[in-house]
Amino acid sequence: MAKTVLIVDDSVSIRQVVGFTLKQAGFTVLDASNGQEALGKLSGQRVDLIVTDLNMPVMDGITLIKNVRSQPATRGVPVLMLTTESQDTKKQEGKAAGATGWIVKPFHPEKLLQVIARVLP
Amino acid sequence: MQEVEKTGYTADVNQFLTFTLGAEEYGIEILKVQEIKGYSAITHIPNAPPHVKGVMNLRGTVVPVVDLRTKFSMDAVEYTKFTVIIVVMVGDKIAGLVVDAVSDVLNIASSDVRPAPDLGARCDTRFISGVVSIGDKLAVLLDIDKLLTEEEVATAA
Amino acid sequence: MQVDLNNFRETFFQEAAEHLAEMEAGLLRLDQGSFDAELLNAIFRDAHSVKGASGMFGLDDVSGFTHALESLLDRLRSGEIRVTQKLTDLLLQATDLLRELLAAAESGAPAPERMAGVLQELYVAQRSPASTSGASPRIRKSDREPAPSGKTAYQVRFRPSAEIFSQGMDPLLILRDLARLGEAVTTEVDVQGLPALASMDPEQCYLAWNVRLETSNTVGEIRDIFAFVEDNAEIRVDAEELKTSTTAAPSAANMAPAAPRDASIRVATSKVDKLVDLVGELVIAQSMAREIVHNFSSARLAELQEAIAQMERHTRELQERVMSVRMLPIGHIFGRFPRLVRDISAQLSKNVRLELAGEETELDKGVVEQMGDPLTHLIRNAIDHGIETAEERVEKGKPEQGLIRLEAYHQAGSVIVELSDDGRGLDSERIRRKALERGLIAEADAFTDAQMYNLIFSPGFSTAEQVSDLSGRGVGMDVVRRNVESLNGSLSVTTQPGRGTKVRIQLPLTLAILDGLSVRVGRETYLLPLVSISESIRPRREQVKTLVGRGEAVMVRGEALPLIRLHGLFGIPTEVIDPCRGLTVIVEHAGRSFALLVDELLGQQQVVIKSLEAHYRKVEGVLGATILGDGRAALILDVAGLAQIARHPAGGGLAA
Repeated sequence: MAKTVLIVDDSVSIRQVVGFTLKQAGFTVLDASNGQEALGKLSGQRVDLIVTDLNMPVMDGITLIKNVRSQPATRGVPVLMLTTESQDTKKQEGKAAGATGWIVKPFHPEKLLQVIARVLP
Repeated sequence: MQEVEKTGYTADVNQFLTFTLGAEEYGIEILKVQEIKGYSAITHIPNAPPHVKGVMNLRGTVVPVVDLRTKFSMDAVEYTKFTVIIVVMVGDKIAGLVVDAVSDVLNIASSDVRPAPDLGARCDTRFISGVVSIGDKLAVLLDIDKLLTEEEVATAA
Repeated sequence: MQVDLNNFRETFFQEAAEHLAEMEAGLLRLDQGSFDAELLNAIFRDAHSVKGASGMFGLDDVSGFTHALESLLDRLRSGEIRVTQKLTDLLLQATDLLRELLAAAESGAPAPERMAGVLQELYVAQRSPASTSGASPRIRKSDREPAPSGKTAYQVRFRPSAEIFSQGMDPLLILRDLARLGEAVTTEVDVQGLPALASMDPEQCYLAWNVRLETSNTVGEIRDIFAFVEDNAEIRVDAEELKTSTTAAPSAANMAPAAPRDASIRVATSKVDKLVDLVGELVIAQSMAREIVHNFSSARLAELQEAIAQMERHTRELQERVMSVRMLPIGHIFGRFPRLVRDISAQLSKNVRLELAGEETELDKGVVEQMGDPLTHLIRNAIDHGIETAEERVEKGKPEQGLIRLEAYHQAGSVIVELSDDGRGLDSERIRRKALERGLIAEADAFTDAQMYNLIFSPGFSTAEQVSDLSGRGVGMDVVRRNVESLNGSLSVTTQPGRGTKVRIQLPLTLAILDGLSVRVGRETYLLPLVSISESIRPRREQVKTLVGRGEAVMVRGEALPLIRLHGLFGIPTEVIDPCRGLTVIVEHAGRSFALLVDELLGQQQVVIKSLEAHYRKVEGVLGATILGDGRAALILDVAGLAQIARHPAGGGLAA
């Protein structure tokens, strides 16, 4: 059965590119433009992976990760952060909050698939 | 042996659509012809040259209609439901030419085309790319680009 | 697998433009002097978004430049560097340059040369006394090292952090990836860390693994596998042979060739859904009508009429909704004006404030886009000639800061855009003198003030003592009027000498459709734009006069309106030559009214404007053509053009 990935990023073009890449690779894709929306999507259904940006309005990535880790239903879901190198502290924060891994922006969509493969069975 | 006048054709044999105006036979390159239609209502345009009869509706596009008889200073005739309009395309502009009737589509070899003799004021030789014998008649081949780009079809505003 | 990014570039450029607009707006607010942490954050986030997304599409120039911009903004928002006027100027400049970079990226053109200079300035600006020099532009990081040849055996030990599960990671995935690198000859699990069952926390990891791995990969590549789980973990990779290779190979940038940009619109999905519904309903109505026609009997006539009426209703609604898809809020172009006003005021040493209202007013995308230039020019003009210098204003008892107000609103099927200023207003005497000088009017002409003011839109007219470089740059007020009129709009100006001036622009909601009045002259049908029509009358004998040297006129409420005989102008044979037998339609243009003589009024209708110029050419007095219900083409008349032709004696005459 196809795995479901939730993409969280406030940039439409990134959601489109990443979504397209994932769909081509056979994933079912959900998306949200900020942490709040993402939580909404998560309460509705089972998700196998979350890929999230860190800088977003309304609710940012770190807060989202904390929320995801504090809810029993989503506690064990792998979460990949989209980071930039200038954000090393953010990355640490993210890890401390419970992120599984990260992928550095800008990334080639195919690289994303490689990273995803590492955190999904 | 007369020199073949430069006609601007790229191949040795070209296809022409021939049509009649009165007793005369004319031809234009088939490549410039978009379609042939029956007469349709023409809307007068103010202050246009006499041979521009007006505009007509060609499936939602408004295109000008040129009366070749008037252009060649022939007597005017009444338009009937048998009147034919040849829709031509010059560049990206479309125009309709009112003629009496369409004759044929013919293959004409460039080598058969002779330079135009002086036909007097009747048909300005600027528009003529040559003449050719078809059976026992002489057909006048028209350079449709020159004919229309004068004032009829849009020039730079 | 190839991922074709071309489709998404379009969205990226649109998004980037939006982010830039937000950035600029934010920077302008910052300019007013407030250090607002949240504002700086917002501006930073915009730059950050553009950087991230541009990198995705391989636009290195853009992402590199934005990176520098972002770094500076980062320091500003963290308070490391203070916001100064100089800094906001630099940031605004950088925003402009970024816009250019994006445009260049879109069209495939090279980056503008001054990029290097601005980049340099951005880095210099990042240096505060306490900090070290700013980060250098990021180039793509190497992802790969060249693999050494030959396999090596490694002893790999991995004890994950106890918390690994609560990071959503499964240590077995690591082992799996490790195994994929080569051959995991032996794998043993180390259970020494396991506590007694009673004290075991199922969500903690107590296990470790030792793997003997044979692979041709490097140590670095093996360690990469643990990248996500390094924290608080024990990871050891010991090799029997160790090769060191550190040359970095830049990964290939996936540069999609710049695709030709199609103009596009973003539309709310709900709008599209509604359209789909409507089309469905139209199809249903149509098949109903078809069914009636197939099985027709005269008894079903009423049914058929109703079916057609239904189709008409659906079509009309469809038309309106499709039109609204093209609608854009005028705020789209208003957005650039605060910046414009700021820059021009600075250049001209004037103190001016801009007020905007009605940004949400929607009009056709084409109209919005074309209104940018005329409005820009009008604003320039207002600042240059309208608003006085600060000293002058104080002397006159006015507030030192001049005010320009730009407002848009809907009114009866049109959009009105008003630009007003509280400057010195227009001087009708000066205008009159200038117009005389330029031969635009005759000494004896009597004009109302209103007509006089509208003269400023005539070609070749300028009352400025010095034609300053800004306003006189080849764009005159007449060009503004022509632009507006080419959009089927109209323009007028009112003023209060000493108090200010207001320019009022009336625009149709859409370019493609026109509300018209159809009239008959002889056997020809013409359409007159409803927006130009004031009224229509059948004059009484005593209202029709012939004025010596001026031609015919119709007296309406004491005013002599020049009479234009359409049949004469167009050379159409008709029996209606007597104005009192026909209808005169009173039309208005640029503050002046005329009476057009036609045979009869046929009715009001909305028509689709078809271009006459596409295949023929522009005809004076004709705005375009349309196809009537019976399939015939009909010309749509243009009042401004008619007034123009009527001036020529040959046209059936009137002067002035």
